[in-house]
Amino acid sequence: MSPLVLALTPRATIAPEYAWLGLVVLLPLISAAACALCAAFGCKNKLPAAITVAALGSSFVIVLKAYLSYAGPVEVPIFEWINFSWGSGGKFHSFVADCSLYIDTLTLFWMLFVTGLGTLIAIYASEYMEANRGAGYARFFFGISVFLFAMSSLVMGDNLAMLYLGWEGVGLASYLLIGYDYHRPSAVAAAKKAFIVNRIGDLGLALGIFMLWANYGTLRYDELFAAMAAGGQSSVDWHISVIPFLIMLGAFGKSAQFPLYVWLPDAMEGPTPVSALIHAATMVTAGVYLIARMYPFFELHPDALATVAWVGAGTALLAATIGMMQHDIKRVFAYSTISQLGYMFMGLGVGTSFGACYHTFTHAFFKALLFLTAGAVMHGFAGQLDLRKLSGLRRLPGWRIVSWTMFIGCLWLAAFPFTAAFYSKDAILLAALTSPRWDFVLLGWVGLFTAALTAYYTFRVWFRVCAGPLHFEMGSDGHHDEHAEHGHSHPAEHGAHESHPHAPRWAINGVLLLLAVGAIAAGLPSYLELFAHASNWVQMMIAGSSAAQGAGLAQAHGAAHAGSDAHHGSVLGMDPHTGLAIVGTLASIGGISIAWFLHLYSRASADNLLAWLRARPFVVWIPGAMENKWYVDEIYHGIFRFPLWIGAQVLSLGDKHFLDGALVDGFARLPIALGKVFRPLYAGVLQGYAVTMVGGVGLVLAWVTWVWLRGFN
Amino acid sequence: MTPELAPPFTPASPVELSIALLLSAFLFGLGVVGFLSRRNMIIMFLCTELMFQGTALAFIAFARQHMDVSGQVFVIFILTVAAAEAALALGLVVLLYRCRETLSSEAWSSLGESQASSASDAPSASAAGGAL
Repeated sequence: MSPLVLALTPRATIAPEYAWLGLVVLLPLISAAACALCAAFGCKNKLPAAITVAALGSSFVIVLKAYLSYAGPVEVPIFEWINFSWGSGGKFHSFVADCSLYIDTLTLFWMLFVTGLGTLIAIYASEYMEANRGAGYARFFFGISVFLFAMSSLVMGDNLAMLYLGWEGVGLASYLLIGYDYHRPSAVAAAKKAFIVNRIGDLGLALGIFMLWANYGTLRYDELFAAMAAGGQSSVDWHISVIPFLIMLGAFGKSAQFPLYVWLPDAMEGPTPVSALIHAATMVTAGVYLIARMYPFFELHPDALATVAWVGAGTALLAATIGMMQHDIKRVFAYSTISQLGYMFMGLGVGTSFGACYHTFTHAFFKALLFLTAGAVMHGFAGQLDLRKLSGLRRLPGWRIVSWTMFIGCLWLAAFPFTAAFYSKDAILLAALTSPRWDFVLLGWVGLFTAALTAYYTFRVWFRVCAGPLHFEMGSDGHHDEHAEHGHSHPAEHGAHESHPHAPRWAINGVLLLLAVGAIAAGLPSYLELFAHASNWVQMMIAGSSAAQGAGLAQAHGAAHAGSDAHHGSVLGMDPHTGLAIVGTLASIGGISIAWFLHLYSRASADNLLAWLRARPFVVWIPGAMENKWYVDEIYHGIFRFPLWIGAQVLSLGDKHFLDGALVDGFARLPIALGKVFRPLYAGVLQGYAVTMVGGVGLVLAWVTWVWLRGFN
Repeated sequence: MTPELAPPFTPASPVELSIALLLSAFLFGLGVVGFLSRRNMIIMFLCTELMFQGTALAFIAFARQHMDVSGQVFVIFILTVAAAEAALALGLVVLLYRCRETLSSEAWSSLGESQASSASDAPSASAAGGAL
């Protein structure tokens, strides 16, 4: 077990005067209720969007105000929620989970980008979803508001019960929004898949919470951390050391890590703003938040963080290889999200909660940006997302902002030098490569290789869609009808240009520009650190929270810097910072160059390469397997779904024939059978009844006579 | 305490009691046989009255045997109830007759289990009816 650096953070002070922070949670709830009312009254205008944007924007302003007036961790009691106690003396137990807020820098850090991005994406959605005005418009914004309510209760709650409430709440919002277009069976299936796969992770989280309560008697962060600091980790019972693994399972489910990542690509069935907000920028980072928040508890088992690192790096590589061969733009971005989340988990695992949170922060901006550009394309080209059928959009008037903001997003995702993601990814890889553990160093090289793959598949999208000669095919979504009304669709002109793409307007373009600025600004902490020698803002935010505790490895790195100029570890024999910057740059530019050659300079060579691969023995199956997501879905189907389906059929038959048939119907047949015995007595003939009566009287008389006679003898 | 019969009444002799009880049993049996064998509802009703009278006679005989008026009081009640019942029953018979234009009780077997509904029941039901 690595040395613990505990009790760095002071115990939180109770601060009821901050009760106005409760508005951050309350406003989205009010907005959800208002959107529900709009739906109930059949509101046909953009009122739901206005309400949601106003509520989320106010939440953001309140969080900003809290950040500016922050002076140490506080606990803000709002109202009493669950409060049981039983037993007395040594057997005293209590279960307390109040609706209180725990505000430290980690909370504020998360809430800043959650509410900020939530506001921007709600503005974007107000235009993106306008075709659904009156129909699902209010329902959509209801879902967004519910999501923000749940997410803020997840992040801001002061105990694990509130976190769990929010955890399930975001799962519900995700389910509702993936299945937004419930007429499409694929959307419904994707929604169910997301919900059910998340259930598996949630089971782990619930068990972890139970175990925490059973071992520490409280769910409040403040008391839990105090218990850890007081030596709670000295016990190495299995039921203590299993806690991090259970919590980890919950995080893997919500943050789409192997083996529970399969729901996230399918979640792209939801409207694109949902993909951007929930399935790229915020909700899927809840797992990162959970592990960062519970970081001290990952010291409870020596292999817990290593498991996180391995799973993260493995997921990053796996998702990147799948992303390389997908044709749907949103799916490429979905796999890149899984891959980047893998980096975050790797960062947490190798001990740099700062790197993980920094990457979460930068990723939130550029990935939301990328999804929103993909959404703009989808919106404008009638649902066309196949990157083989779109080309040269930057030459199309009205699409320049989309093309160039997508370029920025791609550069950032590719971790191009001097972009924000370059620094945040380097923070993770640096911690891995300078780790004393050889397996973490290996994971670091895997991460670097994945970075090259990331650069390749990211720019594969951009070079295909935005660069090159202009040509496109429209998708098959309902926009045709809209165009028919405008008189644009002429049956005689079938071909590539059968209808016109409609360029995005101010709400979409404005949000894209803002997000591009945000993605650029996300690198400010590093720029200031490099050029103004200021402390890294994110590092300060994370260091002041529970996530910094117990991170022995990250602390060791900081201590090495503080102690002397002599460096610890090295990358390729160079100073690790310089070495990593060079290797990272090479990986990024190498990936981009290959993408440029295969997908812009000579597009035919990409097909030639595929054909060449398909003609080689041993590798012939690889491109197909990558395109088919390594058949993971099929394997899961075979291992889990099919046996479960068989089991369900068997149980269904047992229910039908044994429980219902033999038991329930059997008992019902008993009175029927009895009735058959006595039915002849009630034939409806009056004299028949009389005979029965007389016969009965005769029997009684005979019995009395027999007893009487026997008594006399 | 029920009042006892005062002199000049004396308890009946065993022979007198036997005669009264035999007459009572005869009347009751006559009623039973008539009720079971006849189909005319008015006759069946009269037969029930006969059974009443048989029991009433037994009450009176035992009252004299035990020198106790309770038996006679019972008879008064039986007669009262029988009178009320006769009024009700005859009214019913008239209504039943208006419905079916016959006094036969067989016209009113439709309230029982349908004979046609279950073939297995039919033989036993007819056997029960046919035997008596």
